This record gives sequence, C-alpha cells and structure tokens, in this order.
Amino acid sequence: MESFRQKLELVEWGTISQKIHSSDSRSIECALSREGSGGLDDFVALLSPLAGEEYLEEMAQLAHRLTIQRFGKVIRLFAPMYLSNECNNICDYCGFSMGNQIPRKTLSHTEILLESSALRKSNFDHVLLVTGESTNKVGVEYLFEAIKILNNYFANVSMEVQPLSEEDYCSLITAGLHAVLVYQETYEKVSYGKHHLRGKKTNFDWRLETPDRLGRSGINKIGLGCLYGLTRDWRTDSYFAGMHLDYLEKKYWKTSFSMSFPRIRPYEGEINPVVDLKDRDLVQLLCAYRIFNHELELSLSTRESPILREQLLPIGITTMSAGSKTNPGGYSVTDNSLEQFSISDERSPAEIALMLRSKGYEPVWKDWDSSYHGKGNNLSKVGYNSVTNKQNADALSSVS
Amino acid sequence: MNDYLNNIEIAGESFESRLFVGTGKFESGELLKQSVNASGSQMVTVAMKRANPTSEEDSILDFLDPEIVKILPNTSGVRNAKEAVFVAKMAREALGTNWLKLEIHPDPKYLMPDPIATLEATIELANDGFVVLPYCHADPVLCKQLEEAGAAAVMPLGSPIGSNQGLESREFLRIIIEQAVVPVVVDAGIGSPSQAAEAMEMGASAVLVNTAIAVSADPVSMGQAFGQAVEAGRMAHVAGLGSVRRNAQATSPLTNFLS
Repeated sequence: MESFRQKLELVEWGTISQKIHSSDSRSIECALSREGSGGLDDFVALLSPLAGEEYLEEMAQLAHRLTIQRFGKVIRLFAPMYLSNECNNICDYCGFSMGNQIPRKTLSHTEILLESSALRKSNFDHVLLVTGESTNKVGVEYLFEAIKILNNYFANVSMEVQPLSEEDYCSLITAGLHAVLVYQETYEKVSYGKHHLRGKKTNFDWRLETPDRLGRSGINKIGLGCLYGLTRDWRTDSYFAGMHLDYLEKKYWKTSFSMSFPRIRPYEGEINPVVDLKDRDLVQLLCAYRIFNHELELSLSTRESPILREQLLPIGITTMSAGSKTNPGGYSVTDNSLEQFSISDERSPAEIALMLRSKGYEPVWKDWDSSYHGKGNNLSKVGYNSVTNKQNADALSSVS
Repeated sequence: MNDYLNNIEIAGESFESRLFVGTGKFESGELLKQSVNASGSQMVTVAMKRANPTSEEDSILDFLDPEIVKILPNTSGVRNAKEAVFVAKMAREALGTNWLKLEIHPDPKYLMPDPIATLEATIELANDGFVVLPYCHADPVLCKQLEEAGAAAVMPLGSPIGSNQGLESREFLRIIIEQAVVPVVVDAGIGSPSQAAEAMEMGASAVLVNTAIAVSADPVSMGQAFGQAVEAGRMAHVAGLGSVRRNAQATSPLTNFLS
C-alpha cells in the first residue's frame, strides 16, 4: 500500500539541506510576498538561515496576521493525562525508557476517574491521553476502556501512545477518539537509529507510516512533529515534517493536522541534545510553518518557560497545554516522582486563562463535543447528563 | 412607510435587521456582546462545539440575550449528513430551538460545504420539523434543490469562510437571488462593509458576517459599520439602482432621422 515511506525514499536529505542553506533573498521575499502559496519551495526558503537572520520580524508579522485571520483571538487549552509510564523501549532521551530505574505505574479505571474529576474542576474539556509503549500492560483494550470512560467527562479525547494498526485505530474511534499525536521524532534515519536503541520504537518505517494508517482510519486530526535536539540539522528535519504534512493533507483531505515543537528538556535519563534549538530558531519554525500552512494547528507545551510562551502567543500558536503533570496520576493520585519530563511553565490553568485574557485572547476550553462522533452519550456536555456525570466525578473526588 | 425598512421573514418569523453575525474568533465574550449590540443584528449563530450551556466557565451563550437576538445553532465541525443530523438533534434538545444553520464541511482546510451531504441532511431535518438554513456553494441548481427539500432560506457563499475576499461568486449569486423563492442569505467571505452593501444591493435578503467583525482592531465599530452598510445596501436595492453602461450615453445618432 502506498505510504509516505515511498515518498521519503525519493528525496535526498543532503539535497534538501543544501537547498535550505543556500536560499537567497529573492526566494525568501518571493515566499513572503505570495504568503507561502508556493508550497514546499516557499517552505525551504522560510526555513533557511538567511530568513532567520534577516527576515524574522517580517515573517512574524505575516504569521501573526494569517493566524488571527484564520483562528481569531482565541487559544484552545488542553491537558495531558498520563495513563502509564510503563515502557518496553529504550530511547536515550526519554524519562520512561525501560532502562531507567523508576517506579512504574498504570492508572486503574478508578484512578482515571479521579484524574478526570481533578481536570474537570480546572475547567479542562479537552484531554490528551499519554502512555509509554507496553503492549501487555497498556494495550488496545485498556485504551479503548479509558477512552470510553473519558468521553463521559470530556468534550474531546486525543491520544499520544505507541503506533497502532489501522484496525485498532478504527476501533478506538468508535470509543470516541478524536485525534492522535504521533511524532516521528526525527526524519533522519541514521540519527533515529542512534536514539532509539531497543523495542518496537526502533522500527523507523512502522512509525513513519502511522499517519497513513490513521488517515485511512478516518481520524479527525493527526498531530506531527520533530523532537528538537536529536538531529543536528533541525532545518532539514523540519522540512521533512512539512513534506509529510503536505502529503497527508492532500491524501487524507477530511483530516485536520497539528504540529508541535518539543525541545529536549532536562529530566531523568536525559542525554545532552546534539543541537540546541535557540528561542530565535523556534520563532522561525513557528513562522515558517504558519506561512507554509495557514490552517495548521500549532501547539505549545508547558516544556517552554512562562515568559517565552507569552512571547510566542501572537506568532502563530493556536493551542496550549496548561498546568500539566507528566506523571501517571499527577493531578490527584501521586506525587511528581514518576514524571516523563519536568515542565517549565508551572502556572495553574486559571492563571494561564487570566494571562491569555490580559493579552487579548479568549481561552477556549471547549471546541468540540463528543456527540459529534454520534456517541450515545451525546448530551454529556450539553444537557442533562453532564450534571450527573459531574456529580459522579465530584463524589469520587471527595472520597479521595 | 419606508419600504427599505421592511423586515426579513424566515419561517414565519420577522427580523428588522438583515445582518446575521457569527460568534467565533472574538477576543472575549464581552466584546462579542458589544459588537452584536452595535451591529443591530437580531440573529447570531453559535457553533454547537463551542456551546456549553451547563458550564460554570464563561460560555458564549452567557453573552447573548435571547430577548434581543435569536440564537441560531450551527453544525460547524461535522463531516457528513449523519453527524449533522445528530448534532442538530442535540442542539434542539440543549437549546430548545428547532432552527438550525446546517454546515457540513468535510474539508478542514478551505471548509468547503459538501453539496451532496447538505442536501441529504436538509431533506431529513426538514422532514423532522427543523427550520433549516443550509450553508452551501453559490450553485443555483443546488439552491433550488435545497428549497424543494424544505430549506427555510439558502446561505450561499461569497468566497471561502474567513477569507474576507468578498463576493467572488457574484455572477452565481445573481442567478440564485433571481430564482429564489426563499430568502437568500449571503454567507462567508464578506470582508468589508462595502462588500456587505454590494450583496444587499444585488438583492440578497440578508448577509452573515463573522471574521471581518471579530478580528477587526475595533470589533464594536466594525459591527456598527456593517449594520449601517447592510441597511444602506438594502435601501439602495429597494430604491432601484441605475443601470451600468460602458459608454457615455450620447444622443441617438442612429435614430435621429426619425424625429
């Protein structure tokens, strides 16, 4: 079956890198004047060192205007919910890596309810489920049940877990799954091999073809991204993520897409990043992606500092996490000892909402409804059942 | 009686204002409220995915006074007829209205309306007692079919949603307006008051505006400007515009000999 793998094999990393690094003023100005309508050619120019050095303010102004035009003065908020830190992979940058001697935990159904209650009290209506990769302990059946439970409490349930089969995705969609984030981490195969040392995640192609399987399953949204710090030439890595996006968007035209920009942060088991993506570089990436794709959701996590998150807001960000805990049970059940990475922006969801308002942005907690999936519990968020559900969650919370 | 001030009637209900306003993209609920008030609009549309009637947190609905404006729930976000029907029923139950702006755009990039699914859903919802206002392409045949399917009005696009490009579809809008027996509400793409006035001058029954007001530096003034433009455009349409000629109209060199 045709997938992005065949497309990627046709394009030389070195050729793209050379094009990016030799982009001139003419190509950058052309990309800016036609507002990115030149597609991947424009993206090459916008990713270039010269664009970062000499055109950054102009790029930011354009990115800002395009974002406001498409998304308005609103920022969607979500919270990650870590369900498990069990993992059978060894990846040299990850806190959950199997070799790390840390306590392991997988939330029970009751604990998932407690976490839901805590997040609902902070107003969150969009939740992102996160796990490591442990097929035995956190398999498709577990995820299916978790999604079904969470659909009673949240308007929108997304997931960032191990790559699954098309059949499994179809099944999870019937449980109410809205979106799946699956970052390739890096599109440079040799570098990928150096960082992913053992376990199923060593299979570059299986991961690369995951968005194709998701697209075929009919999922609403797919999240892509590189993990910055793994591969020295981050500009070329970003190009391939953009190329992946471009391919997927044309092929799976009913699906929407998001892009994230994680940078390696200090936590248990960390390596030193092979390249330090500077704030200026991150700004260039946000601008380049926005000008390249006006509809793309650009997401920023609590890995970044409060000051930087505020500065990046007007540049093109549409979605943010807030008050995140990166350990299973972090909102209600356990302390922070099991976290995947330490966060930088520790402000509460209420503080983030206040900050957004002060900057002229409406914080949006709900921008979906589980009934859009035609679920039986369709009135959970808009109608009678929500009261009952909320009372249940409150009751559980008071037990704890 | 000033004829231009005659009301627009949809499904037996009468509205003085011919400006409908969308509620997305505003910086705050308060600003939305002020902008709607300034625009004089009596019909605002709310995406069901954003509505949250039971939430303690600010909901868009908290800022809209049903005594002043009619809330028109919309199905933005659905990708097919089945989802649209489901969301319509949810809206009816949650908001207690059988009015619906039907939007089905399976393509999240340009948000183009799906003509086939829109027609299917219109048939089903109209049969189920809904007052359906479908968002659709500026396709004259489709608009006639939607009418026959029981649509209470048709809402053809001027250009892609949120694009502010204006009436790129004007030649087809002209045909739709000429042929329609239900109100024609030009929806999507209207980026400036002059474009709204143009639609009204052409004979549109009403226009729907969102992005152009919401993302303006001063949404309240912009809301007011759109309200005035819609009224001026309507007045001009009723008064009757002079015809446009390419050449200056001289005396009649070819028929002078007759006199």
